[in-house]
Amino acid sequence: MTNLTELNLHQALSGLAAGDFTSTELTQSYLNSIEAQNTNLNAYLVVTGDKALEMARASDARRAVGNVGALEGIPLGIKDLFCTKGVRTTAASKILGEFAPEYESSVTTNLWRDGAVMLGKLNLDEFAMGSSNETSAFGNVVNPWKRKGSNVALTPGGSSGGSAAAVAAHMCLGATATDTGGSIRQPAAFTGTVGIKPTYGRCSRYGIVAFASSLDQAGPIARNVKDSAIMLQSMMGHDVKDSTSLNVAVPDLVAAMANGVKGMKIGIPKEYRVDGMPEEIESLWQQGIAWLKGAGAEIVDISLPHTKYALPAYYIVAPAEASSNLARYDGMRFGARVDGNDLTDTYEKTRATGFGEEVKRRILIGTYVLSAGYYDAYYLRAQKVRARILEDFTNAWTKCDAILTPTAPSAAFGLGEKSDDPIKMYLNDVFTVTANLAGLPAISIPAALDVDGLPLGLQIIGKALDEETIYSVASVMEQAANFSARP
Amino acid sequence: MTQTSVPAYTAFKTARPDQWVKSVTGDWEIIVGMEVHAQVSAKSKLFSGASAAYGGDPNSHVAMVDAGMPGMLPVINKFVVEQAVKTGLGLGAKINLWSRFDRKNYFYPDLPQGYQISQYLYPIIGEGSLEVASEDGSMIMVGIERIHLEQDAGKSIHDLDPNSTYVDLNRSGCALMEIVSKPDIRSADEAANYFKNLRALVRYLETCDGNMDEGSMRADVNVSVRRPGGELGTRCEIKNVNSTKFVGMAVNYEARRQIEILEDGGTIDQETRLFDVKTGQTRTMRSKEDAHDYRYFPDPDLLPLILDEAWVENIRANLPELPAAMKARFQSQYGLSAYDADVLVADKDFAVFYEEVAKGRDAKIANSWMTVELFGWLNKNGKELSQSPISAAALGGLVGLITDGTINGKIAKDVFSKMIESGDEAAVIVDREGLKQTTDTGAIEASIDALMATNPEKVAEAREKPKMLGWWVGQVMKATGGKANPAIVNEILKGKLGIE
Amino acid sequence: MSVDDATVRKIARLARIEIHEDKVTKMANELNGILNWIEMLNEVDVNGVEPMASAVAIALPMRDDAVTDGNIQSSILKNAPKADSGFFVVPKSVE
Repeated sequence: MTNLTELNLHQALSGLAAGDFTSTELTQSYLNSIEAQNTNLNAYLVVTGDKALEMARASDARRAVGNVGALEGIPLGIKDLFCTKGVRTTAASKILGEFAPEYESSVTTNLWRDGAVMLGKLNLDEFAMGSSNETSAFGNVVNPWKRKGSNVALTPGGSSGGSAAAVAAHMCLGATATDTGGSIRQPAAFTGTVGIKPTYGRCSRYGIVAFASSLDQAGPIARNVKDSAIMLQSMMGHDVKDSTSLNVAVPDLVAAMANGVKGMKIGIPKEYRVDGMPEEIESLWQQGIAWLKGAGAEIVDISLPHTKYALPAYYIVAPAEASSNLARYDGMRFGARVDGNDLTDTYEKTRATGFGEEVKRRILIGTYVLSAGYYDAYYLRAQKVRARILEDFTNAWTKCDAILTPTAPSAAFGLGEKSDDPIKMYLNDVFTVTANLAGLPAISIPAALDVDGLPLGLQIIGKALDEETIYSVASVMEQAANFSARP
Repeated sequence: MTQTSVPAYTAFKTARPDQWVKSVTGDWEIIVGMEVHAQVSAKSKLFSGASAAYGGDPNSHVAMVDAGMPGMLPVINKFVVEQAVKTGLGLGAKINLWSRFDRKNYFYPDLPQGYQISQYLYPIIGEGSLEVASEDGSMIMVGIERIHLEQDAGKSIHDLDPNSTYVDLNRSGCALMEIVSKPDIRSADEAANYFKNLRALVRYLETCDGNMDEGSMRADVNVSVRRPGGELGTRCEIKNVNSTKFVGMAVNYEARRQIEILEDGGTIDQETRLFDVKTGQTRTMRSKEDAHDYRYFPDPDLLPLILDEAWVENIRANLPELPAAMKARFQSQYGLSAYDADVLVADKDFAVFYEEVAKGRDAKIANSWMTVELFGWLNKNGKELSQSPISAAALGGLVGLITDGTINGKIAKDVFSKMIESGDEAAVIVDREGLKQTTDTGAIEASIDALMATNPEKVAEAREKPKMLGWWVGQVMKATGGKANPAIVNEILKGKLGIE
Repeated sequence: MSVDDATVRKIARLARIEIHEDKVTKMANELNGILNWIEMLNEVDVNGVEPMASAVAIALPMRDDAVTDGNIQSSILKNAPKADSGFFVVPKSVE
């Protein structure tokens, strides 16, 4: 039997349907792959081997009586930000201690409903705060990709570094992830995988450890566009337990892939051409434009004038919301408590010990910008700038149907290279953060390799609720790019 | 709108001179505003489906949302929103069709999320008013500034362990209405009456059960003093006062405390205080550090609360009769005085009880028997109306016998006691003991004739001192075993004795 | 706007995070770096703009008043660092 992990998700679905192999066999191959690679890559924090095989056997039993869900028998990795019942959930932080939730997130509930199998919990930047997976309390994740002729450990991107690395290294058929400022798309670009953040409200946030409530969205990281579509369709859906969840039908994304781009207008925003952008990124962008033109799309120059203010606005809004969302991590009802002299001392020691440096920094910034006298100058202003950014997109949609940009300003960089300057790190999100602020769907697909042989991604941003157009464009580009390199 | 533009306290009204507190350097007036927290009557909580019922084993009425667990999200209870609207309508207040929830951030173990979901800048209910009796019998209007919805916190128990606090989150997340008055109150009595009337109103509306023992309603009382019509003084907040009586006591003590300090040339520190029910005094709360920077911002897990105008109008159309309207009706329908009507509508239970007693009977007699005789007995025996040994129907029966002249007032008192003792109905007792009033004029005349014969000197006295009639009536009543109809006895006596 | 050591201590207290004295200045510098960068938002003309409160333009969904949750005491306490007789046990706090 060929190495089962070579099959991608939709190929595995066909293989299972044809009876070529069982989910139990498939799951075992993935557990073997994890065992072989995880020590080096540190993508998984927890491997739920017994549970995975149990779920696989149950899936095989269901299949035997004709119950086949959309993801029946497919082994997936789950970013450790999703609460999984009875399974330790850490958010890559010490502060959660040995916390094992007594409830399941709605997104993962959907996956299990559709027959998927859980391989384990994937590493991430602590509380999803980071762009390189270097802030995890449980060690960095290493990108399976390396520069040509170099052994330097590279970052897989963040915060969903574990998810991206696991998918790229074939340690799962797909992984769940979350995106608040680019945390799905940027790691996807760094690892040659497909990552999408859907429209805000498409996926339920119930049971996902909250970072910045008005920006967080769950989405899949997968090997290719079709796998991504299949996973996202399963993850999406209205949830009454989340008041910000949209009550709209789940579109047929797989079908949308075949729509093509003939007559579609693709916007190229001039403000995304930033100072000091590497030549390679610019040529990649041009290449993407050529592909789409070749497929019948019309290229339109557009302007998104407030683009450069997106990152600073994000670094007010996200920390502000996070400072409040993370107040519940106090050692009183769950997690690791550090005893102090009195109540205040216990709070302070628990949180100082439990939170890493980046998380503390963001909580302090967030606390500061919301504090007495500063609310108007910072938070309120940032929310108004956000409205302007949305306005830019709304205007752009009168001229185009989708927008094409690079995903990240560089390829994967070395671990430790940027971690001493927070702002340098924050600039990783310069192309991705606008979609979070505006609540728009956006995908990253691998487009080419750079001069060092590292993957580069292109991003497509769509109108709110128009994931279908995104998949049409992504599918065309994927075919044109024909990206087949492996780490 | 900026963070700082929540309306500040203003106070245009000056107290009446009879309300001024006189002291060494001159007069002072008392300015009071109140923030009442009323727990909304509902089956489940404001943002979760856990039970909002009182009591229960610790942490048994708690959903993961209420415990502030990772990834949990709030979903609002429509009925609670309706209850808030009803309360606003009952206070004649503006219903804000658009309102918003904000997070109030602070750390405390009974606040699991590390923030309370409340409404800061845009509350659901705007300005309204409540009519309140002042101590001189006049009615004043106390303005309502706003009402907003917010989560209640859990309970911290400090005395189960010397070194730890025990936390029960059953109450965490229950819906509260915070009813904020304008500082229109000028005396302890007005403050007590405001609290009393507000409680009566929400009980009428059934939006809060007003059960103080269970903490359903508690008042934060803001007190300051100033020279009549002068500049506002610094106010102190007295937290969690939970009875009408204590509200009055707290205001009196606090006002005098502040006046004493000011008279001595000192200044008032703005602070939060507690009312000690044992001593009747207010005292400083141990200060909570950084208690005041709550870093309010709109809760990003919730969207704006938008109410449909037609829905609000439907609630308005279905409001029950409110105390003010009921009071007016009692005066016109039953001919009661404003004072008497006020007593009866002070509590929905009283009003309901009264109407049953008075049905088809003399309204004034019903009132007197309920508020004087029955209430007198209840007070003496430390019981509430709900614990009355005589039901409204039974009391009504007694009043009916008086109304139709079957028994007189004196006999009725006897029957009343026997009803309490035996649990029997009035008619049964009257029959059994042969207590029917005598209206037989022949028997009465005979008694009178006999008495006149044996007391000739008293006959002469009666003609000179008409007050002696009382002695005669007493004698006739005694002779007839108390059953004679006193009115008829009076008439016949006057005739026989030759008195006008 | 910039923060000094005293402000860092104050914010840390508000956020209930202990910062050792020898780390306070470093944190102040890091925060200032970020805050200086954020200053550029002042360039934006936000006159007459309503703040974007939510990416989702719908009204707040409401649920019926029914007891559908709770009565799960053991689950609620399962992860507690310290629990006793159904209560969470926490450091003594004073009113």
